[in-house]
Amino acid sequence: MASPMRVNDMKRVYVNEKWCLGCRLCEYNCAFASSGIRYMAKALKGKAIFPKIHVEGDDGITFAVSCRHCTDPICVKSCIAGAIYKEDGVVKINREKCVGCLTCVLVCPYGALAPGSDGVMQKCELCTQSGGEPACVKGCPNRAIVYEER
Amino acid sequence: MAEYIIVGNGTAAAGCIEGIRSVDAAGGITVVSEEKNPVYCRPLISYLLGGKTDENRMNYRPADFYEKNGCRVLYGRRAEKIDPEERTLQLDDGSVLKYDALCDAAGSSPFVPPFEGLETVEKRFGFMTLDDAKALKKAVKKGSRVLIVGAGLIGLKCAEGLRAVTENITVCDLADRVLSSILDAECASLMQKRLEENGISFMLSDSVASFKGNTAVMKSGKTVDFDVLVTAVGVRANTSLVRDASGEVNRGIAVNDRMETSIKGVYAAGDCAEGFDVSSGSRKVLALMPSAYMEGHAAGVNMAGGDERLANEIPMNSIGFFGLYAMTAGSYEGTLYEERPEGGIKRFYVKDGVLAGFMLIGQTERAGIYTSLVRERTPLRDVNFEILKKIATSAAFSSQIRGKKFGGVV
Repeated sequence: MASPMRVNDMKRVYVNEKWCLGCRLCEYNCAFASSGIRYMAKALKGKAIFPKIHVEGDDGITFAVSCRHCTDPICVKSCIAGAIYKEDGVVKINREKCVGCLTCVLVCPYGALAPGSDGVMQKCELCTQSGGEPACVKGCPNRAIVYEER
Repeated sequence: MAEYIIVGNGTAAAGCIEGIRSVDAAGGITVVSEEKNPVYCRPLISYLLGGKTDENRMNYRPADFYEKNGCRVLYGRRAEKIDPEERTLQLDDGSVLKYDALCDAAGSSPFVPPFEGLETVEKRFGFMTLDDAKALKKAVKKGSRVLIVGAGLIGLKCAEGLRAVTENITVCDLADRVLSSILDAECASLMQKRLEENGISFMLSDSVASFKGNTAVMKSGKTVDFDVLVTAVGVRANTSLVRDASGEVNRGIAVNDRMETSIKGVYAAGDCAEGFDVSSGSRKVLALMPSAYMEGHAAGVNMAGGDERLANEIPMNSIGFFGLYAMTAGSYEGTLYEERPEGGIKRFYVKDGVLAGFMLIGQTERAGIYTSLVRERTPLRDVNFEILKKIATSAAFSSQIRGKKFGGVV
C-alpha cells in the first residue's frame, strides 16, 4: 500500500489578527498577482477587484481570509463539476470545468471562496503558478500574514 | 485478496472507489455501470443544453481514473440479484460475480406519472442522464415550443439550459410555487420572477390531465400546444436490489452510520440510500451530489476494513437561475429570523439553541459559514448571531474559535 501523503508538511497562509491593520493591501496584491498584467495601475486602477483573499472584521478586529487548504476539503467532495481537486496538498480549481453553481460557497466553513469577475469560481492556490511567497504575504506591511508550516 | 463490487457508476461510486483505495490498494474492484459512460457530473446536463459545458469537461474524474485505481468497469450491464448467503451478484447477462463487500450505488430513476395519452406524444424526454440531455438537445431547435412538467430543481435547470436555444418554454407544476421542496412561497416567488423575466412561462397549481399528441390538456381546462415534452416530476430511489434480497428498505435503502445495509457485506450510498440528516435528527434520502460522494467514500472505507462514520449530513442546495442564486440548508424548524438585504431574503430557523436551517435568496456570500453552524450544531450562544444574521462573517466568532479555524492546520 502506498504510504499516505503527509499533506500537513506544507506551508500555508496564516494571519495574525492582532497585527492586521485592515489596510486591504493583501486584496490588491492578490488581484494584481492574479491579473497577469505587468503594471499595477493598469491592472487595478478604477476597476472592481476580485481577490482570492479578503479582509473581514469590524472596528475592533480585522483579519484576512483565504483558503485553508484543508486536510479533508469539503469543497472538493462537494463540487458538482469535479472542478476542485487537491494536488500536492494544495486545493486547486480547474476553471474550465466550473459552471458557477456556487456549491463550494455553500459548503466552505471559512467563507474562503468567491467568484471571479467572470462569474467562474476562483480560489487561493498559494501563488503556486508564480512560485515563491504568496503575493499577499510579500506585500503585508505589518507581517500580519505569514507563509509557514504549522 | 478482497473482491469489491460497486453497483452504479455515478458520484457515490467514485467516492466508494476512492474510499476503498484509501485503505486497500490491492483488492479487486468491479463497477457495474448501466450507463455506457465513465462517471460524469450528472447535474451538469442542464449546462450542456445551454452550451455552458461540453461532454469533455463534464467528466467527474480524469480519463485514467479507473485504470489508476485498478477498477474493472462493466459498461451497459445491469445488476439483477444479490445472493446474500453466497455473497454473489447476478448480472443481466446471466454472469455471477463473487464479492466480499458490495456497495449498492444504483441511484434513482425518474418517476413518470401515468398521464393519459402520454404515448401519443411524439417527442418526449426525461431529464436524468447524459443520454437524455443529448437526445433533448438534438430535438430542441430555435423556436421549438417546450413543455416541462415539473418546476423542481431538475425541471427548472432544464428550462434555464434550453432557454439558450429557444424562447418558448412553459413549465407546469401541481405545486403552487417553484422549487417547492426547498423554498417557501415568498422565496420561491423571487426565483420565479427571475425566471419569468428571462422568458420562462409558468402554469402553477395546475397539471396535465391528458395528452393528445402535441397538445396537453391541463386539469384547469387550459390547453398547451408544444413540440417537445420534458417530464421532470420527481425521482425514486432504486432500492429493488436490496429489497429483493430481503434487506431493509424505506423510501431509500436503510443504512447505519457506516453505510451498512441490513444485509451483511452489503453497503449502500448515494441517491438510493438514506443518510442521517443531523439538522432534523432523521434518516432520509439526501439526493445531493455532496452527500453521494461522502456516503460513497464512507462505504468504501468501511468495505475495505476501515472505519468511517457519517453522522453529520444535512440537506443543502445551491441553485442559480440567470444569475440569481438560492442557497438552502438544514431543516426549516423552530423560530424564524428574517433579514431583507437588497434584492433578496435571508431566513434563519433556530431550534434548541442551534441554527437548524436557512434559506437565502440573493445575498449568498460566504454562506458556508452558516452551513457549518447547521452541520456542526454550533450553540448560537457561542457566536454573535446578531452580526451573523446580517452578514456571514467569521468576525461573529470569538477570537479563540477564530484562532482554531484560522491559526492551524484544519
